[in-house]
Amino acid sequence: MNWRNILRRGKWDRERAEEIESYVAIETDENITRGMTPEAARAAARRKLGNSTAIREEIYRMNTMVFLDSVARDFRYGLRALAKNPTFTAVALITLAIGIGANTAVFSVLDGVVLEPLHYPKPEQLVALRQIAPGAAGLASFSEGLPLSPSMYYTYAEHNRSFQSMGVWVPASANVTGLSEPEQVRVVAVSDGVLQTFAVAPALGRWLSATDQVPVATVPGSFSGRSTSVMLSYGYWQRRFGGDRSAIGRNITVDATTRQIVGVMPRGFHVVNTDFDIIVPLALQRSGLPLAGFGFNGVARLKPGVAISQANADLAHLLPVWMDSWSNGPGSNGHFYENWRIAPAIRPLKQEVVGGVSDVLWVVMATIGLVMLIACANVTNLLLVRAEVRRQELALRSALGAGTGRIIGALLAESVTLGLLGGLMGIGVAEAGLKLLVALGPANLPRLSEIALDAKSLAFTLALSVLSGLFFGLIPALKYAGPRISTALRSAGRGASLSRERHRARNVLVVSQVAMAMVLLIGAGLMIRTFQALRTVQPGFTDPQHVETMRISIPRELVADPVRATRTQNDLADKLAAIPGVTSVGFASELPMEGYGGGWDNVFAEDKPDNGGIAPMRLFEFVSPGYFVTAGTHLLAGRELTWIDVYGQRPVVLLSANLARELWGSPSAALGKRLRQYPSMPWKEVIGVVEDVRENGVDKKTPETVYWPTLMADMYGPSLLDAYREVTFAIRSDRTGTEGFLNQVRQAVWSVNASLPVASTRTMQEIYDRSIARTSFTLVMLGIAGALALVLGIVGIYGVIAYAVSQRRREIGIRLALGAPQSEVRRMFMRYALTLSGIGVVIGLAAAAGVTRLMSSLLFGIAPTDLLTYASVPFVLLLAALLASYLPARRAAVVDPVETLKAE
Amino acid sequence: MPRNESPLNSEMLQGTLDLLILRTLVLGPAHGHTIAHAIERGSDDVLQIEHGSLYPALHRLESRGWIASFWGTSDNNRKARYYRLTPEGRRQLTAQTARWEQVARAIGRILKPAEE
Repeated sequence: MNWRNILRRGKWDRERAEEIESYVAIETDENITRGMTPEAARAAARRKLGNSTAIREEIYRMNTMVFLDSVARDFRYGLRALAKNPTFTAVALITLAIGIGANTAVFSVLDGVVLEPLHYPKPEQLVALRQIAPGAAGLASFSEGLPLSPSMYYTYAEHNRSFQSMGVWVPASANVTGLSEPEQVRVVAVSDGVLQTFAVAPALGRWLSATDQVPVATVPGSFSGRSTSVMLSYGYWQRRFGGDRSAIGRNITVDATTRQIVGVMPRGFHVVNTDFDIIVPLALQRSGLPLAGFGFNGVARLKPGVAISQANADLAHLLPVWMDSWSNGPGSNGHFYENWRIAPAIRPLKQEVVGGVSDVLWVVMATIGLVMLIACANVTNLLLVRAEVRRQELALRSALGAGTGRIIGALLAESVTLGLLGGLMGIGVAEAGLKLLVALGPANLPRLSEIALDAKSLAFTLALSVLSGLFFGLIPALKYAGPRISTALRSAGRGASLSRERHRARNVLVVSQVAMAMVLLIGAGLMIRTFQALRTVQPGFTDPQHVETMRISIPRELVADPVRATRTQNDLADKLAAIPGVTSVGFASELPMEGYGGGWDNVFAEDKPDNGGIAPMRLFEFVSPGYFVTAGTHLLAGRELTWIDVYGQRPVVLLSANLARELWGSPSAALGKRLRQYPSMPWKEVIGVVEDVRENGVDKKTPETVYWPTLMADMYGPSLLDAYREVTFAIRSDRTGTEGFLNQVRQAVWSVNASLPVASTRTMQEIYDRSIARTSFTLVMLGIAGALALVLGIVGIYGVIAYAVSQRRREIGIRLALGAPQSEVRRMFMRYALTLSGIGVVIGLAAAAGVTRLMSSLLFGIAPTDLLTYASVPFVLLLAALLASYLPARRAAVVDPVETLKAE
Repeated sequence: MPRNESPLNSEMLQGTLDLLILRTLVLGPAHGHTIAHAIERGSDDVLQIEHGSLYPALHRLESRGWIASFWGTSDNNRKARYYRLTPEGRRQLTAQTARWEQVARAIGRILKPAEE
């Protein structure tokens, strides 16, 4: 065989043709000198040569066919050999199908979520405009940075030299009325530039234009003015308009404002990772914007050739411009923000979309890859046993003239056939596994819709099948195809006691299996410990499965007067409390771990120096009377709010325990102390301190929190009476989650105001579970992988010991005949298994110490070298090894010496 | 795989043709045309070979490493592919010649008594 000739047939064939042509030329010349006419001379030369095409073809066939022919023969032979041995084939195939299938499934998720480029044109140019602000304590530690303010957006958008386009957006919710039942929809409000940045053309109609962004009327106390256009998502257009093209130009009522539909975005379009129903213009009220208002997400499209570092430097230069051009009000110093040490930290949009999930998925992929290696080790072991049985056959083939290369080829063809069949079955496993993964996956798994068993996944399966086939075929092939094979013929049939040398490969395999299982089990152990640690954290609420929650917003357009809006909320709370089985009701700007992202700002205590107006950022929440008792948040000192406090607009406030401790040393010391947000605000008295609440997730530190009443005379600035209108209701009842209860809840809401939609009904338990979804997903995946590894490891140990017993029956017979006690024989084999596992455990411990460091970002409350895990897993593994070796060892001990020796 | 069996493709004759080619090349590098005519003339035209069948044989020998090839110019100034003997080819020629003589003698011994 000659690969060069096969691969470069064209060039090679031309050379042959040229050579034969030169023959004809020379022969013709000679014929002419002999006196022939040129035509006759040429014809004679051709006759002499014969059929030139046939010659070239023969040479070509000579080169390729022998090789291809033998490959085809090897595969046919491989299939036949597998069919002849159904038990072996079945065990190997099932092992492989599970291994390959699981890997394909995880790869599909990894590919769809992490590897595939985002579905926007030229996605590599897209970036998220993040900023860090180490000096703005609370803000930056929580939200992975400082979002943009509207004035920042204008400064950046108008002066940057790095972007083709940029814009800011915020997710929100709104009530759509007039279509059928009132419905709360997911809204994305975008500034000019956002749609241009994503550059995804609308499926129908047009984008929101710069004109749509100009407010038609001002709205006091808000960044956004009134606007009148709207775009729909593909899904919402299908759901509410049945995909009717005449929807363009029609009006819908959003938060009691009439908006005209101007376009529909295509299917699968997301704003970063936010799914939405409608897009509305942000319609910023440019004049009079303050510096503050850091609540907007920035996106941009880099100019070609501009690196992220250059764009960062570009924006960094614009920060002083921003501080000079805008103001938080008369007398305020814009350069105050220099204390925050704001710095642009632009990152690729993909990183923004994928977020922390990529860590989890890579860990899961590595885990499942290890399981695959263990599965391969098992199949290798099976193949070794089989090759042992086939030594005579192989020796015979060798004696009949098959070269070492041919025998290796034949054995590899067989194992690759096995791999391919396993892969084929694996596709089925992958299909099922993928469904399971998506179901188990963290609820907020980004790009869920892009996960599919596509061509790339299938190519991955194919590659994995062939590679694993080669991997587990190579060891037996090299071991048994060697020239020493002829010795096998001589010893064939003789039950000579096995040499150590022939056991070595199998021993190495078992040791590495145990080592890999060790790594996986330690990983799983660490996740279990993390989960335990999370469960023991006191989250700041109690008995969450008996708290029903729902989101209700009362837009200004529906109820303009703040006091009336508060009355409506109060009425809702009263109606809900009247439902049978409800013990208490309250509401708040957001419930713990809901992730709506509360406001952040600073407060100043009356009896503390104000440091020139610099103070750490605190989380601001707005709560109703009865909220804390409903959520089960313990009051450590003082009292909750009352409706008298609220309607009387009394200057009162509650604090989280950690803030009270920071400012005054203890919760009770904080009572009666006074604080305020800005100099013109009246002092507010601390009337209560509640326990720390894990607002951002069980594994995140409790932010220092200020709890304000939901109706304040100075909610968004001096003498701006307003109510907090978008709140989550909490209802404590034993009947949560039942359909009947939810119906009564809806009826109660609509009896107060029929235009109010009830959104996001779920129990507090669901919110809690969601916040630890990443951990539980990793736990389940590592648990499955660890269990598979353990089972495969046990099978591996069992197989090796059982095989050793069957090969050493003669020796056992002799030992027993010479008077060795049965228990001694049994112990001999169990010792053997323990030695192998022991070595594996030691290697595995060392490997785990290195590898688990990589998962430290997934751990909580324990070190990657958690002593309990590292001590208990080896124990479990060794116990499993003992169990796995016990059965075959017992079989060894009952060998009948007379029988075995007679059989010789 | 069905194959076009050319007259000289059977195992023994193939070996014979190889041997003849190697022998011809002992005298120095030559191209296909020269080799074909040299074999015919050397056998007093007893061995008439189809010149085309020479090329697969040349190729076989080359891929075994017994001969090597290069492009050159023929006596009458035509571009032609020349073949020369490699050291391995020389060894093979000696070995194969010895073996051929052995076989020929053996066949001769078997055939002789029948003639007498």
